[in-house]
Parts: sequence; C-alpha cells; structure tokens
Amino acid sequence: MSWGGLDTALAQATRGRRLEARRILLLLAGVLILLSAVRVITGAPDLTSSDTYGAALRLGVPILLAGLGGLYAERTGMVNIGLEGMMILGTWFGAWGGWHYGPVWGVVLGIAGGTLGALIHAVATVTFGVNQIVSGVAINILAGGVARFLSVIAFTGHGGGATQSPQVTSELPRLTVPVLAGGKLFGWQSPDVLGWLENRHWFLLSDTSALFRGFMIDLSILTIITVLLVPATFFFLWRTRLGLRMRSGGENPWAAESLGVRVYTMKYLGVLISGALAGLAGAFLVLEGAGIYREGQTGGRGFIGLAAMIFGNWRPSGVGAAAGLFGYAHALDLRSAPAVHALLLFAAISLTLLGAWWLYRRRLTVGISTLVIGGLVFLWFAVTDTVPAQFVYITPYVTTLVVLAFASQRLRMPTYDGIPFRKGEQIT
Amino acid sequence: MSKRYRIRLLWLLVPASAIVLAFAVSSIALLAIGESPISAFRSMFEYGSQQNSLVSMVNRAVPLYVAGLAVAIGFKMNLFNIGVEGQYRIAALLAAAAGAAVTLPAPLHIVFIMLVAMAAGAAWAGIAGVLKVKRGVHEVVSTIMLNSIATGIGAYLLANYLRKPRLPHELIIQTRQIPPSGQLPPLAVIGGENLRSFVLIAAVLGFLVYVLIWRTRFGFDLRASGINPDAARVSGVSPNRMILTTMLISGAVAGLIGMSDLFGFFHAYTLDFPTGLGFDGIAVALVGLNHPVGVAAAAMVFGWVDRAAQILDLEGIPKEVIIITKGVIILSVVVAYEVVRRLVQTQEVKAAAEETRRLEEQKEVVAA
Repeated sequence: MSWGGLDTALAQATRGRRLEARRILLLLAGVLILLSAVRVITGAPDLTSSDTYGAALRLGVPILLAGLGGLYAERTGMVNIGLEGMMILGTWFGAWGGWHYGPVWGVVLGIAGGTLGALIHAVATVTFGVNQIVSGVAINILAGGVARFLSVIAFTGHGGGATQSPQVTSELPRLTVPVLAGGKLFGWQSPDVLGWLENRHWFLLSDTSALFRGFMIDLSILTIITVLLVPATFFFLWRTRLGLRMRSGGENPWAAESLGVRVYTMKYLGVLISGALAGLAGAFLVLEGAGIYREGQTGGRGFIGLAAMIFGNWRPSGVGAAAGLFGYAHALDLRSAPAVHALLLFAAISLTLLGAWWLYRRRLTVGISTLVIGGLVFLWFAVTDTVPAQFVYITPYVTTLVVLAFASQRLRMPTYDGIPFRKGEQIT
Repeated sequence: MSKRYRIRLLWLLVPASAIVLAFAVSSIALLAIGESPISAFRSMFEYGSQQNSLVSMVNRAVPLYVAGLAVAIGFKMNLFNIGVEGQYRIAALLAAAAGAAVTLPAPLHIVFIMLVAMAAGAAWAGIAGVLKVKRGVHEVVSTIMLNSIATGIGAYLLANYLRKPRLPHELIIQTRQIPPSGQLPPLAVIGGENLRSFVLIAAVLGFLVYVLIWRTRFGFDLRASGINPDAARVSGVSPNRMILTTMLISGAVAGLIGMSDLFGFFHAYTLDFPTGLGFDGIAVALVGLNHPVGVAAAAMVFGWVDRAAQILDLEGIPKEVIIITKGVIILSVVVAYEVVRRLVQTQEVKAAAEETRRLEEQKEVVAA
C-alpha cells in the first residue's frame, strides 16, 4: 500500500469525523431551539431553567459513571450485569468510609468496594470462564446481602440500622464559576452574568444561558471529575496503546493473543475499572446525594447505566449524552410536573420532524409510523394535564428498548462482547 | 460404565461441596463479628428441624421452585430469561385484580386466576421474544429493561386502576380481596403452620415441565437448540419459532410464581408482595442444574436456610449472614460446574483420542 493511499484514507476519516461533530452540534442547537420554543408556548420555565440543568447534571453523574464502567468492561469483551451490585458495595463502603474517616476516604473506600465486587466477577469469568451473565446476577444478589450484613454489624446502635447508615456529613469541595455564574473570587462576590441573562426570559438567549449556568453553579469536585472522565476515557481507549490492547480483547481476542497481547490481563483491567467507576457512582450517591447510606439507594441506576451505554453506542460521548438525557428526565420529574407535561409537546414535535425526515428519505413505513406516534403523543399532550411519575421512571428503559428495536443497525457493539475467551482455544 | 458413574458422582459433588464451602465462608463471617458459628448452626438446625419449620420450608420453597423452573426452561436452550422478576410481578398483579373482579365456582375460579397469570407472564416475556426474533435485541438486555418497566407500569396500574377504593384512614395500597372461591385452603396444619396447597400444583407443574423438555419432540428440539443451534437449524428446527415458544412458556411458568402466596396468604396484590423471587429463581436453577428434581432440591435448601435463619435474631446474631451463605453457594456452584465441565470435556477428548489411536494401531496390525 502506498503512503499516498493511506493519506487519503486518513483525510477522509478526519473529514468524516468533522462532519459527525458538525451534525452533533447542529442537532444540539436544534434541540435547544425547540426546547426554548416549547418553554415559551407552554409557559413552563423549569423546562430550561439552570436549576433543572444543574439537577440533571447531579442526577446524571451516577448514571454516567455506571455507563462508563459498563463501557470499559464491554470494550474488553466482558458483559457486566453486576454493575448494580458493585454500585451497592460503593454506597456501603462510601458511607462507612465517609462516616469514619471523612469524605475523601469515603470516595476511596467506595471505589475500593466496587473494585472488590469487580474482582470477584473477573476471577469467576476470566479465570474460571463462568458465564458472564450468571456471574453478574450472582454478584448483584451477593452485594445486597453483604451490604445488609455489614450494616447490621457496623451501623446498628450508632444511629443507623440494618438498612441505613448514620448521617454522613461530608462536604467535598464545591465550585461555582465566578463572573459568569456568580461564584466567589478570593472572597469577592462576582457578578452572575448568565443568571442575569436567564432571568430576562428571552427566547433562546435566556435558555442557552441557563444551560451554561446549570453546568457552572455549585459543582462538586466529583461531578467535575466525572464529566472530565468522558474525554479522558475516549483518549485512553482510542488514543493510547493500552487502550487499543484493551479494546482488542473485545474486538478479536484471538487475534490480539496471537500478537502477544495479554488478553486476560486486559479483561481483568476492564472489569476492575468498571467496578471502580460503579463504586465511585455509589460513593457519589451517598456523599453528594442523600448524605446517608440507605438500602435500595442505587434504585437500578446500574441498569440505567447499562442502558445509557447501549443507547450511547458503546462510545464515551454517546454514554455522556444518554446519561444527560436520562438525568434531565429525572430532574424534571423531581422538580416540576408541568415541565414534564410540556416535554410531551417537545417529544411530539421531534417525532413529527423525524417522521418528515424519514418520509423525505423515502422510508415510508418508518416515516408514517413515526408520524402517527408523534400525533398520538400530541393527543396525549392535548387531553391531559400531567404525566404520571411512573411513566417518567420508565423513560430510560423504554427509550433504550425503542432504540435497540428500531436503530440497532446503527449501533455497533464490540464484536466479541460477552463471548467467553479461553487462552489457546478458538471457538468461532 | 463405571466411568460414567464416576462423572455423574462428580456432578453431584458440586452442589454438595458448594454448600459446605458456603457454610465455611459464613462461619468466617460469624467469627469475624465474634459469634460462635457452631452454636449458631446448632440453633439453626434445632429450630430448622421442628415440624412447623419444615412446613415453612416447603412454603418458602414453592415460589422459588416455580421461579427456578421458569428460568431453567430458558437456560435449557441458552436463553437467559433475566426477566422472570418482571414477568411474575406483572402476572401476580393482573391475576389478583382479575380474580377479584369475577365470581366463579371454586375450582374454575382458581383455574381462571392461574390462566390470567400465565397469559400475563407469557405476554410480558413475549415482548422480549419478539424483540429478539424480529429485531435481534439480546434477551438479557431487553428483559433487564422490561423488569424496570414492569415495576413502573405495575405501580401505575395499581395506583390508578386496580387499587381497592380505600377508606379515609387507610394507607394500604392493594387490589381488591379475592373472594373465598378464589382462595386455596391449607392442605394441612402442622405445628400451627399452614402447609399451602399450591405445593401440589407446583409438583404437577414440575412433572409437566420434565415431560415437556425431556420426553417430547419439542423438548428434544429445545435442548438440541441449546447445545448446538447450528446443528438444530440444519436438522429443520426453526430457531426463531423455538426462541419465541420457549420465551412464552418460560414467561407462562414465571406467571405462576406469585400464585402460592396469592392463593394461600395475601388473597390480593399488595405492596408487601414478595419481590426478588425472579433473581432467586436464577440462583435456584443454576444450583439445581436446570433439572426439575435438582431445582426442587435447591429450592428446598434455600427455603430451609431462610426459615432456619429466623432463629438467629433471637440469639442476637444478624440473620443477614445467610444472604452471604446463599451468595457464596451460587458463586461457588457456577465456578465448580465450569471446572467440572471442562474436566469432563478434556477427559472425553483424551478418551476419544486414545480410542482413535487404538483403532489406527489395529488397522496397521491388520494391514501388516
């Protein structure tokens, strides 16, 4: 192959990526404009308030961490259904560490707890070749039991009990960006430029300011780290040697093995990082969320993380977007019922536009059915005043199922995801 | 012949050794909190061998058994029905509501409720089946999502449509009570404990599943698809049809998980209705090697441990230690099965190689 050919191919790939980036930006702008329009039409300010965006960020962080955890594992070819259990271990150890030694140790021990769960998963699946789903399910059951047992012996009689810990008062450092969002600068109360803009309620301009402001006020250090993990994960997995080797475990472990990659080590690494992130998610729930460990606190967030990973097409940026979306839905649900109802209008308009696009692309069946669904959603918006909370709860799961059912040809999971790998044996 | 016998013994040793290991780990956990494992286990055995404890063991084992059967049917053809949890909860809710809405003569009423439960469970599992067959969505992912969706939809239906109109001071959210014709009287009362009649239905169900999977053409196709899907397809078994049918049957069985509690205890779907049985069913199916007899034994063990542990609280020992026991049983069983499976496989390969060499040598001798 000539270098010239390679150059052309590289140039094409770069151009493709630029187009992709431009399309994502366009889409984001479209969503923002539409949301602003819906906000103006329905008069539900919470739809685009900075408080909502801030809450979406806080609620999205555990989902994002779990999703990235799932990503690391599945990129090395290991399915990790045990994320939920590892997150449970993270909440317990995070609370215990935070209660005894302060928030920093809470974070460290939370991560350690999740990693411990992952170690069991890795030993069972990588070393002993146990089915990955089976092991994951077992870890979810085991983690719940271990947390309950440990709570009984550690928390009973100290202001907690079998199902909850004592209060964990732990303030990790927080940041509000000065000047733009009104943070303090060396003790000086700086102006809140975006806040001022937001309060004008100008179409689009205020809504955009609110979006930026939501991502600038009262940020926990853990939130900042988590958001930075998205580009860091991309860089690590797609731009470093170790990342390439890890991904080779998910794409073709036999080829990787033949090239001298230690596939078992890569898989161990993927699963352990996955558990560490799930554990961090648990610690976040305790330290930044409830301020206490409570049984059932994770509330299926490990599974939502898995959904976010699939919805995000096994890519860090996709996982980030999905976590943001699920966090946003949850935030609206917690904050304002009219805003959730207004979201129906947003969904109806989006579906109509999508259906029209498909019709334009001559995909008649999909286009027409999308239009019909859009019409039904509009009807739902028109004849009701509220959306039941349970419907908001199931949104992430239904979205994921719909995406899997209708856009699965656009999804690309690692080729050998979930397929057991034994050194020196090729099954396929 | 003796070799086959030895292999079978090896398979049986696995769950036994897992249970021993689990008790060893639990002992360490007990020692770690300064309790004597010997006295703990002694009181568990004393309490657990009382008559009423044995009855309670059976009552606890029955739903686990049905759950294990539902999971095992899927496992037999390599289908992971992780969604048993959602299937039985939706089924129990709808069956309870339907049962309270009609009046029928006693046996018909019971049959009607069971049919509603099976239909609901099958329909919910069928979604995952259709998604897999038509759209290629992996059943593990879809059933996980469907579990959570079932929780949401169930809560919505209960709160808005199926709930009993409550009196001003009542806080309980539940469906209307099923009339006596839709309840099952206890089979016997032993030591003050009701032995629930559903155990008989569960036994028949287990037998039916055995016949279906091991003694019919359909069952043969199902097991063949599980062991070697390509070979099964070539021999004329439609994989899509098998997937869908298996999912439907598994879901229908899953629908019956809540029936023992519904007929014999709650007589309504309440917010305290047992949860998590679907996941326990996965454990029971794994430990019981996906065979009705094994699943029954595993369910009994789990049911007994659950019951016997109740005494620990009176002794001041956290009974939660048994969740660790169960977790270790599950993990060590799956690890040990995998090890044995590979051991047997290597031996078989070795034996086959030896046999081939012997035949080759014979041929050479004949040729010479």
